[in-house]
Amino acid sequence: MIETQTAPIKTSTGRVLRPEEMVLNMGPQHPSTHGVLRLELVVDGEIVVDVIPHIGYLHRCFEKHAEHMTNYQQVIPYCDRMDYLASMNMDWAYALAVEKLLGLQVPDRVEYIRVIMAELQRIASHLIALGTYGLDVGAFTPFLFCFRDREGILDLFENTCGARLLYNYIWVGGLSHDLPSGFIDKARAFCRYFRPNIKELNDLLTYNEIFIKRTANVGVLPAEAAIAYGCSGPMLRGSGVDWDLRRDDPYSIYKKFQWQPQIGRGEMGTTGDCWDRYMVRVREMEQSLDIIEQALGGIPPGDVQSAVPRRIRPNAGDVYVRSESPRGEIGFYVISDGSATPYRVKARSPAFVNLSVCPEICKGYMIADVVAIVGSIDIVLGEVDR
Amino acid sequence: MEQLLRSLIDSDIFVYTVMAALPLLWILPYALFAVWLERKVSAHMQDRLGPMRVGGWHGWAQTIADILKLIQKEDIVPAAADKRLHFLAPFIVFVGSYAAYAAIPFSSAFIGSGINIGLFYIIAVSALVTVGILMAGWSSNNKWSLFGAMRSAAQIVSYEIPSTLALLTVVMLAGTLNLQEINRLQAGGLTNWFIFRKFPFVAIAFVISFVASLAETNRTPFDIPEAESELVAGYHTEYSGMKFALFFLAEYANMFAVSAISATLFLGGWRSPLKKLMSGPVWGAFWFISKGMFFVFVQMWLRWTLPRLRVDQLMYVSWKVLTPWAFACIFGVGLWMVL
Repeated sequence: MIETQTAPIKTSTGRVLRPEEMVLNMGPQHPSTHGVLRLELVVDGEIVVDVIPHIGYLHRCFEKHAEHMTNYQQVIPYCDRMDYLASMNMDWAYALAVEKLLGLQVPDRVEYIRVIMAELQRIASHLIALGTYGLDVGAFTPFLFCFRDREGILDLFENTCGARLLYNYIWVGGLSHDLPSGFIDKARAFCRYFRPNIKELNDLLTYNEIFIKRTANVGVLPAEAAIAYGCSGPMLRGSGVDWDLRRDDPYSIYKKFQWQPQIGRGEMGTTGDCWDRYMVRVREMEQSLDIIEQALGGIPPGDVQSAVPRRIRPNAGDVYVRSESPRGEIGFYVISDGSATPYRVKARSPAFVNLSVCPEICKGYMIADVVAIVGSIDIVLGEVDR
Repeated sequence: MEQLLRSLIDSDIFVYTVMAALPLLWILPYALFAVWLERKVSAHMQDRLGPMRVGGWHGWAQTIADILKLIQKEDIVPAAADKRLHFLAPFIVFVGSYAAYAAIPFSSAFIGSGINIGLFYIIAVSALVTVGILMAGWSSNNKWSLFGAMRSAAQIVSYEIPSTLALLTVVMLAGTLNLQEINRLQAGGLTNWFIFRKFPFVAIAFVISFVASLAETNRTPFDIPEAESELVAGYHTEYSGMKFALFFLAEYANMFAVSAISATLFLGGWRSPLKKLMSGPVWGAFWFISKGMFFVFVQMWLRWTLPRLRVDQLMYVSWKVLTPWAFACIFGVGLWMVL
């Protein structure tokens, strides 16, 4: 018998596999990697020994595009396409950065409408996060319930600006359209309609025994690790860190409203597990409803486009502005050289940073848990890759 | 020629062939109906309508259209697959679930084969499905398929134990494995059904056997072998066209088979719940199919309500929850019979 010498099998990072291990390629065409994420799993049977995420399948050169527009406003449609589930928040973050660069103060009416839109968008985004999370752990029905409710929000957006996904609504210095007539009543009606549906979701999925078994004590992210990795948004709050930019680095008019950031408390297991991250999102939807209802009552009259500059030529300089997107801290670092186009736009993407913690919290769990953990991070690949 | 035909009809082989083909006459329309029903049930649970166009009334012809589509599909075999096993696997899976129908008593007048070890035969022959699934997973030469196959084997082997133990309580009471005989012992209306005897032991055994049967048919919450959000499609990832349809058909055939066993053993099979009223061979078939379809509906209901268990949790449920309780039921029934 001739001894055959085979080269040791290595992962893409050069790790040599032990005989009982194998590499399992998850994605980019896998049903629950939420887009085109590719995870290289090193598995020992069902146990995941190592996770190597590969990204870049949806890279569309956002930052380079931004440098080659003819003016600052034209970047906004590209911001839409970053986090396509929370386009309003992306637009707003960019607009805030350029407005700071210009030293522009937007009218109160614009601020109110922006808050309403951003919070509606937060609910819509969380609904997708929660619905697809149910799908990840095998419950199909909550997914469609969430999409049904999201439809109400999309209808409101469509009424306002004609688009259902990529709005190009929040402009530097204003908005593309004023609110249509009857918007306030419709938005109030939606809030009334949606509140009981959160309870329905809780009954169906959140407090389901199997769901709790699948998510509690899984993918525990301790607060120190969350901070060390730079996580933000529900990822960070799920680990019990009370940090929300809307309160802690207030922008716009969030100081005017009564609300509290929600944090994970480890009710079903350990603080910072998947269930906590899930629950933070459920509670944030309620918070957003509160903010929307308060904001709807106080919209002042005015014009939403009077402050929009015709030509945007900020003085040379740079600015970093951050705001709270549904996924965490979305920051735009914009450098101006005094010309009509930005010299450089850098987006600090929350989903990208949150995803970086994935290998840390996936190790030692099972394949099914990796799906649950990746789902609980709530990534949008459009934003991870930009 | 006439002579030949006459002798053919008189011969045993002809009779056997017809008897063997008869369940197919039930399975095919049933599967078409069940797939349509599953879509409608899930749709209405999810605030949707489901198929509404094909055929006019509530999309009744949707599954027929789907079958026609699947027949025309290209049959893709992966280049690195073990061609023979890959070809054979769907048929073995289907045969496994189809063969079980031979011993299922549809009515007092019809049973494929009234063998005196009917129950034992069904349990044994449906284990063949595992072999087919393992073959499918292994021959596909795909890691996801292999995971599905291994999970499936582990799952079905584990869940057959509590399931069989739970069915044993009825066998102890009936003293026979002949399903037709078990039906006869449940004559005399609702109260004589086995589920209500030696209360609550047989009722608990019924719940155990039903839960275990969900696992044997790979339905949610125990659908980990094909868990689409984890394993893409599990053991049938690499199957397309009619072979995929065969797996599908086998799953639905299996759903009714386990429902039929539950109905026969615990709920009086083809017996009418109203004693003499509405009984007879034809009514018998009606009652039997109604009971079976009820359980099929419950399986759909569960599928569209519950999330999925993880592999280790699945094993936990089988070995640490269902099996001990099944033993307790056997013990309880045994003690009751002795005392």
